[in-house]
Amino acid sequence: MMKWEVVIGLETHAQLSTRSKIFSGSSTAFGASPNSQASAVDIALPGVLPVLNRGAVERAIRFGLAVGATISPRSIFARKNYFYPDLPKGYQISQYELPVVQGGSLTIMVGEVEKTVRLTRAHLEEDAGKSLHEDFHGMSGIDLNRAGTPLLEIVTEPDMASAEEAVAYAKALHALVQWIGICDGNMQEGSFRCDANVSVRRAGEPLGTRCEIKNLNSFNFMDKAIRYEVRRQIELIEDGGRVVQETRLYDPDKDETRSMRSKEDAMDYRYFPDPDLLPLTITPHWIAEVKATMPELPVAKQTRFTGEFGLSDYDARLLTQSRAWSDYFEAALAASGVPDKTVAAKSVANLMTSELAAALNRSETDIAGAPVTPHALAGLVLRSADGTLNNKMAKEVFAAMWEGEGDADAIIDKRGLKQISDSGEIEKIVDQVLSANAKSVEEFRAGKDKAFNALVGQVMKATKGKANPAQVNDLLKKKLAG
Amino acid sequence: MLNFTVKQLAAEIAARRVSSVEAAEFFLKRIKTLGKTLNAFISLDEEKTLVAARAADALLAAGQGGSLTGVPIAHKDIFCAKGWLTTCGSKMLANFTAPYDAHVMEQFNAAGTVTIGKTNMDEFAMGSSNETSYFGPVKNPWDITTVPGGSSGGSAAAVAARLAPAATGTDTGGSIRQPAALTGICGLKPTYGVVSRYGMIAFASSLDQAGPFARTAEDLGLLLNVMAGFDARDSTSLEREREDYTRELEKPLTGLRIGLPREFFAEGMAPDVAKAIDEAIAQYKKLGCEMVEVSLPNMKLSVPVYYVLAPAEASSNLSRFDGVRYGYRAPEYGDLIDMYKKSRAQGFGAEVKRRILIGTYVLSHGYYDAYYIKAQKLRRLIAQDFAAAFKRCDVILGPTSPGTAFKIGEKSGDPVQMYLSDIYTIAVNLAGLPGMSLPCGFDRASLPVGLQLIGDYFGEAKMLNVAHQYQLATDWHQRMPQGIETC
Repeated sequence: MMKWEVVIGLETHAQLSTRSKIFSGSSTAFGASPNSQASAVDIALPGVLPVLNRGAVERAIRFGLAVGATISPRSIFARKNYFYPDLPKGYQISQYELPVVQGGSLTIMVGEVEKTVRLTRAHLEEDAGKSLHEDFHGMSGIDLNRAGTPLLEIVTEPDMASAEEAVAYAKALHALVQWIGICDGNMQEGSFRCDANVSVRRAGEPLGTRCEIKNLNSFNFMDKAIRYEVRRQIELIEDGGRVVQETRLYDPDKDETRSMRSKEDAMDYRYFPDPDLLPLTITPHWIAEVKATMPELPVAKQTRFTGEFGLSDYDARLLTQSRAWSDYFEAALAASGVPDKTVAAKSVANLMTSELAAALNRSETDIAGAPVTPHALAGLVLRSADGTLNNKMAKEVFAAMWEGEGDADAIIDKRGLKQISDSGEIEKIVDQVLSANAKSVEEFRAGKDKAFNALVGQVMKATKGKANPAQVNDLLKKKLAG
Repeated sequence: MLNFTVKQLAAEIAARRVSSVEAAEFFLKRIKTLGKTLNAFISLDEEKTLVAARAADALLAAGQGGSLTGVPIAHKDIFCAKGWLTTCGSKMLANFTAPYDAHVMEQFNAAGTVTIGKTNMDEFAMGSSNETSYFGPVKNPWDITTVPGGSSGGSAAAVAARLAPAATGTDTGGSIRQPAALTGICGLKPTYGVVSRYGMIAFASSLDQAGPFARTAEDLGLLLNVMAGFDARDSTSLEREREDYTRELEKPLTGLRIGLPREFFAEGMAPDVAKAIDEAIAQYKKLGCEMVEVSLPNMKLSVPVYYVLAPAEASSNLSRFDGVRYGYRAPEYGDLIDMYKKSRAQGFGAEVKRRILIGTYVLSHGYYDAYYIKAQKLRRLIAQDFAAAFKRCDVILGPTSPGTAFKIGEKSGDPVQMYLSDIYTIAVNLAGLPGMSLPCGFDRASLPVGLQLIGDYFGEAKMLNVAHQYQLATDWHQRMPQGIETC
């Protein structure tokens, strides 16, 4: 069996989070009744003209800065001409030869392996409206609310070699655009959608013919669509066939991609510079202004978390998986009031990566919607750090907090969950357990280590889990050795 | 009333010797008779006109009028005017009532003028004779068997025939200046960006510019004062301090350097036109001007360059007329593609379709570099020629059009001959410069000849004075077509 290589490049449309559209003053809010957010400019009445929204440009600059790209001092808006009912002007205003952002790269983690994906470009453009083919009795409806919504189209080099890498890149990009506040990342509402260019080749051969899979609006679909497409192309070639360059659509119901249009049907978009818009000029001063408002980026944060707080690389990466996670972490840490930052950071990180992550997973909630706020988590961290709670108790308190039973101190009080750290009290209980479990003591002395754990268990049971486990261990060892 | 200039009529109305309603009724009556013969207007709305005139009179009665309050103005049917049918001379928009005002309309409304009607024009401003209008050709009041020029032919004919004291037009390759020349009146195309294009239905965005028609240069200045101004809704509108375009009107021309482009006088001008231009040059010498020969070596390329760039932009600008949201939709069609095809095939006239085809072709993959890019490069060379010329002169002078008004139907079968009638005006649009036409004589058939002046960027005030001084010394602008006094 010959070895196959997969080559993938992604094009992502990120809807920019401006309040108004890219070339008109209409609102971009999602979900309004059809055509209620379509102005004279959006419906392309005779005589209307586009005016560029500087907020969209500002967001493109933010993106360029975040990926270390070149921000073009001069870029050009071009018209992409084609007819479709949801494209009111008969052309889409986009950027073609001179995009606003050029180059740059994004570093991603594929499992435990770091990988850099090079970016080709990112350009500004307007979205089209929506055609509604149901409910109109043999006719089509058109909703132009979305027409003119600002998009940043982000294009990679063909640097990804598997569905796993493509998904890792898409997730990293998804996190980044939200991190820098340029896109809400809402995939259900279409704020972040990807097209994948997929080709296969035998190792060492030149690039194969690619197919473009359109409109992958979930990571899961992207993964499945690419896997299907790779399999399809390999089987095709192995059966003596040939891949035809075409655009394909993924059908999640059938889990397959199917042809939408071939290259032969490809339209000639007759791009040319839009004479209604002046070239877009971005001065170094503007870039500096935007730079001053940039948040600390994930990689910088990771370095700080490991250096300043002694967190592991793994924890630092988890905590910077999104802006929301790192904001949560930093808010909880700041509120904890634990004097030793390293101890507090470790404790917050542990609770977040274990208890919180698991609870979010179970309830399919986003961290922003977690019922345990960073402030509440800080209360729990304080009680762990000051010895009030052991790990087991902390888990119990967290679960109770998640269920809405109040803050950490209230739950500790109500459930009597104070850890016993009084050595006199613990010694008394240890003595009782040793005398009541002579058999276990004998077994331990005969070399059965398991018997020690049984004795620890008995002590914990006798204290209803409240004894400080470290003290119990120490005392037992001392007594048994004595 | 018949021969009042804008300035005179405004003064009469302001002094309340004539009411705005009387003025409106006077011109409406002429439009309904002589105007019909000339086919100068596409739509009238007497009710709206009189409401506006009454409002102007009320304003004046309250002592609140402005400089042009109550003056009736005819507007080219390319400007969206709220509540008015706005057809752009096309079947495609024959049913389109504009829901908003163009910036130009807002400016005139703010100045208190009264819209007397919407004038006929070549379809989507594509034409030099007003024969491509869906609403039929406009006739030249000097000889109704001839064309008034185009594309703003209705506006020019209306002013020449005293159907309105002034009118608006748009000029993409000569569409104000050439009809002004052929009808013996004045017309001005400002520097690109001086007048907002918002609400002016686009033909070729990088060339289109609105401007006024009147019978005197002084009136043009007063009208441009109203039309000009920054508008944030047009990204190509220029943010400049307001200026009074009449401010230079009293300056003598002594020592003024007038540039005569060698290429303008080399060939192509009809002998009667050449004679009238020569006489105008002699007049300017008498006024103390110095003649300087200049050269515009790339001007000969302006017609081919224009007929690549303007159709390219038009092919895209006119894509919105697809029968989906407004305008004409074919009554019967199969699927979506068929609806597009039939609506556009039936809704557009032959000249518009020709230019859409040319534009689509020059933008197509594989032809773009050879046509569009090359034309853009030549466009820069043409602009550089003017820049070099203006180092040696203050204003450029030449003919507006190679000939006088031609017969209706004479050139409509030969697009290239038609296109060549704009040979002296097109380069000005390509360079974005201000230009104007003023009457300077008649040919042997008693048809008016137009003199073109071209100014440097933002040189409108100076150029208007150059025209004004000529009009103080001559009376060509006071001549009137025969038989139009009573109608």
